[in-house]
Amino acid sequence: MSTQARPGWMEKPRPVTQAGKVVALVAVVALVCVPFLTIVATSLASPREVVANGGWVLWPQHPTLDAYRDILDGGIVTHALGVSVGVTLIGTLLSLAATVFLAYALSRPQVYGRKPILLLVLFTFLFPPGMIPSFLVVKELGLLDSYASLVLPVLVNVFNLVVLRGFFQGIPEELYEAARLDGAGDLRVLFSIVLPLSKAALAVVGLFYAVAYWNSWFYASLYMESDHWPLQQVLRTYVVAGEGLTDTTTGEGTVNAPQTVQMAVLVLATAPILLVYPFLQKYFTKGVLTGAIKS
Amino acid sequence: MLSLLMFGTFTYFLVFHYGALVGNVIAFKDYVPFDGIWGSPWVGLDNFQRMLQDGDFWHSVINTMLIAVLQLVFYFPVPLALALLLHSLTWGTVRRFVQSVAYLPHFVSWVIVVALFQQVLGDTGMVNGFLGDAGLHTVDIVGNPDAFKPLVVAQVIWKDAGWGTIIFLAALSQVDEQQYEAAAIDGAGPWRRFWHVTLPSIRPVVVLLLIMRLGDILSVGFEQMLLQRDAVGPQAAEIIDTFVYYQGIVGGDYGYAAAAGLFKGLIGAALVYAANKVAHRLGEQGVYR
Repeated sequence: MSTQARPGWMEKPRPVTQAGKVVALVAVVALVCVPFLTIVATSLASPREVVANGGWVLWPQHPTLDAYRDILDGGIVTHALGVSVGVTLIGTLLSLAATVFLAYALSRPQVYGRKPILLLVLFTFLFPPGMIPSFLVVKELGLLDSYASLVLPVLVNVFNLVVLRGFFQGIPEELYEAARLDGAGDLRVLFSIVLPLSKAALAVVGLFYAVAYWNSWFYASLYMESDHWPLQQVLRTYVVAGEGLTDTTTGEGTVNAPQTVQMAVLVLATAPILLVYPFLQKYFTKGVLTGAIKS
Repeated sequence: MLSLLMFGTFTYFLVFHYGALVGNVIAFKDYVPFDGIWGSPWVGLDNFQRMLQDGDFWHSVINTMLIAVLQLVFYFPVPLALALLLHSLTWGTVRRFVQSVAYLPHFVSWVIVVALFQQVLGDTGMVNGFLGDAGLHTVDIVGNPDAFKPLVVAQVIWKDAGWGTIIFLAALSQVDEQQYEAAAIDGAGPWRRFWHVTLPSIRPVVVLLLIMRLGDILSVGFEQMLLQRDAVGPQAAEIIDTFVYYQGIVGGDYGYAAAAGLFKGLIGAALVYAANKVAHRLGEQGVYR
């Protein structure tokens, strides 16, 4: 894909068409970017300026980090940030490990019991168990209000499993043969041959898991007490639903956090996604698509 | 060794999927938390009978299908149009940049999407700020039950239209460049090339996606609805999944909620299965390549 390559047979585009395309493209980019821009700008503005402008700004006159200092000062949001980071890191590692082992076993033809297990796994995709029974299982296992309830019930994602399995199956059989002749066991082959060859797929699947854990709030609302909530659930409660926080100065009654602080929480919850996005972007177009099309 | 690993990891599915699947028996019981799943008394099909006579349940079914159909009509064409626009760009750098920007909202959580829409379209939001400054009528969108369904579709478009282009772009990139060239040499203009080369080549993908969406008609974004249901009320926002949530988790009527969930699961699986069959059948006949 070189830049400015118009094949010789294609007629020169008409100016009207060109202008229409430019307008459409600018509109798409603006529709995506402006909302993010205004929340960042509002979080950086002074509360007085935000109130004066009716609740939002597009460009702060006197930028300040006060709102961020407020929320990172050891209160609810700081704790929630810690929960989110912890659950995302540990959850992603566990999910990736479980998915790799299962995908690898399901990709090797000689593994005993492979076919029925694969069918049983795929069946869960067609028929999810439902919210109430899932809740009761977590409850019966005594996992309510434990961080494990945010990870274990969603440990393996079938789509990610299928992507990885497809990728592993694409590795030439000769490599397995060669390794086995050298006396390497199944696990040895996995760690020294399969995984190094699958870095792109592992990156995509890992990032998908990380994004899912980071973005998750419903399970926290279902299973966790409010002092163990991750950031997204805190955001949902105090910003989206607009519930007040307990007034820290008097200890009683509730106050709504100022708009600047609410927007700072929103930015904090979005920032990691924006930060990993370029890496994700680099991989997923090739990695995910090839896997998905195969399945 | 590998078998061992496989069965080990599979226990996850056994416990959290098949265990929960078995837990659906409470749909046939009058579930009392103290007595547990097995100790609660059987009530046969009572829960289902009650459900079939429950106006609120049917309202949630109608809402779900209404929103699904609205999405089919107003959301579905957007990724296709966007993909055609992106595909028509000959300047690779611009194209990749716009693609990256358009995919981004897919990775942002529903909590953030709803918060962003509040901030932009809410009554103290940016759009109303501009309208007010210009001396125009402000718009009442967020929190207004009458505007809720269009708002929901707009949110889905904003979040997923970019991501949805991927599959169409993949199909478009499969088209043999020589077909376009041959058509152009035969005197076909851009519109005729679009009609006779582009459209037939992406038709299978479009048909497949359409059928799959129809098979999934009982599902619309649960998180999206749950986040906004309190603001606009159940009349506008209750879907089957939120009905299950409010009956079971909030109301404590677990057996009844499980019955509604099981009903949705069974009909949904049957529809997906049927959709797959139809797609396969069309795939056999409808291939022009």
